[in-house]
Amino acid sequence: MIRLEALSKVYGTPKGTVKAVDSVSLEVREGETCVLLGPSGCGKTTTLRMINRLVAPTSGKIFLAGRDTDAVDPVELRRGIGYVIQQIGLFPNMTVAENIGVVPRLLGWDSARRRRRAEELLALLALPPGEFADRYPNELSGGQAQRVGVARALAVDPPVLLMDEPFAALDPINREAVQDEFLRMQEKLRKTILFVSHDIDEAVKMADRIAIFHSGRLVQFAAPDELLARPADAFVASFVGRDRTLKRLRLIRVAEVMTNDGAASIDKKAPAVSPDDDLRRVAALFLEHGAAALRCIDGEGRVIGVVTRDAVAARLAIEDSP
Amino acid sequence: METLAFILHNLPAIGERTVEHLSIVSVAVGIAIITGVPLGIAITQSQRVADTVLYLGSIVMTIPSIALFGVLIPILSKIGQGIGWLPAVIAAMLYAQLPIIRNTYTAIRNVDPALHSAAVGMGMSALQRLGRVEIPIALPVIIAGIRIAVVINIGVTAIAAYIGAGGLGTFISRGISQSDIRQLITGALALGLLAIAADYSLLSLQKRLTPKGLARQLREADQ
Repeated sequence: MIRLEALSKVYGTPKGTVKAVDSVSLEVREGETCVLLGPSGCGKTTTLRMINRLVAPTSGKIFLAGRDTDAVDPVELRRGIGYVIQQIGLFPNMTVAENIGVVPRLLGWDSARRRRRAEELLALLALPPGEFADRYPNELSGGQAQRVGVARALAVDPPVLLMDEPFAALDPINREAVQDEFLRMQEKLRKTILFVSHDIDEAVKMADRIAIFHSGRLVQFAAPDELLARPADAFVASFVGRDRTLKRLRLIRVAEVMTNDGAASIDKKAPAVSPDDDLRRVAALFLEHGAAALRCIDGEGRVIGVVTRDAVAARLAIEDSP
Repeated sequence: METLAFILHNLPAIGERTVEHLSIVSVAVGIAIITGVPLGIAITQSQRVADTVLYLGSIVMTIPSIALFGVLIPILSKIGQGIGWLPAVIAAMLYAQLPIIRNTYTAIRNVDPALHSAAVGMGMSALQRLGRVEIPIALPVIIAGIRIAVVINIGVTAIAAYIGAGGLGTFISRGISQSDIRQLITGALALGLLAIAADYSLLSLQKRLTPKGLARQLREADQ
């Protein structure tokens, strides 16, 4: 869906040339969320901004749905790509509904249709349209404003979304809420998303695949679990952190490590878990109750299996060995 | 009492002089808006050009109006317009440039860069950005510049009575030359009231044209 081929950006500075992005090639599949992750100055934002041509590539190609973007007028190109930035950039002179209607208006939609679309998107992002459509941006909280920013990017239903650290400015509690909201929405919409982040936890939570950047180069492109289990080099290992095993726990669901034997012999004092819980909860209960195994129950409270320490360790070990 | 009687007796003349005065000010400010606002927007593209233009504008402001009229007389005499309405308009227009250009430039420059990125990233052309985002947001500050220009021009035009441009300054110049305190006070009073009225009505225009979403911010900033 999005294909980058040997994409490079070189800046000339008084001290010589700087390769901000160095021959990056990657392909993001349709409906996939790909997080570009790395420390500041690693080239991830420049890469993103080359896709909607806010930055002109020095060399290399970008294909969107098979089409070479060099052949498309930049203004046309941008209208077909949703774009969300960290500072949100809602226009203060326009209401929420007008902000969402900016691109539709550029494309010549009439006002009734723009209004309908704005209300539809607000509802999708859990902002009651009756309450929010006619507010001005300065009457919104940070989390609400960022949701409107996302709604605005989705206005003309673009297949591709580019998001530049969209949730970085939110406080941790709001950030979790907006991330969850966004994941639920993405479940329904299945957009192809390129998402820039410097936060490994956010990346692990949001991404289908993570592209790690270091000094302008793409150093590893893998699913979160694989990235955490098998960092490609020392840089990736240090970036994902020494607690990478803990981070993996959130990616694995109880259902994946559950076995159905021996449920009767387990200490009933420790709480049971559900197959949809992730292993963070399991690990916490192991530690809290000193248990070696937990019961696993379904929605009606029937015991359907057990999770043991050994099973969890085995699951973590599988991917850890090269 | 004498002055009051003079004013009441001369109301039609005062009205006429006010209209003359306003014709000079409004034509001068009108031209200054048409030239100054686009210039103020254009110079946001280059810091160096902006510095030069604003510097030149400041130099014009330092020239005493009476000296500027003196310079204009020989130049405009070549087309037979050395004194009267035309030099008054030209001088007033020059004085109106700086506040209008400077406020436009500052207001556009101060538009949050994030709005610029968002607008470009969403596929707005340069003109659409100006028309839908930058100018609406800058408008209150641009109008504040126009208010300053109008008040300055009401003062400059008063001096223009000395080069035969008419206007309310005529009462003052005659009051001085004839040692007539009644005319002097009438002129001063009328000019003061005119300046206040013009400033106040432009202020209400400024408030009306301030985008609603910004109005609250501005009010909060005032407090």
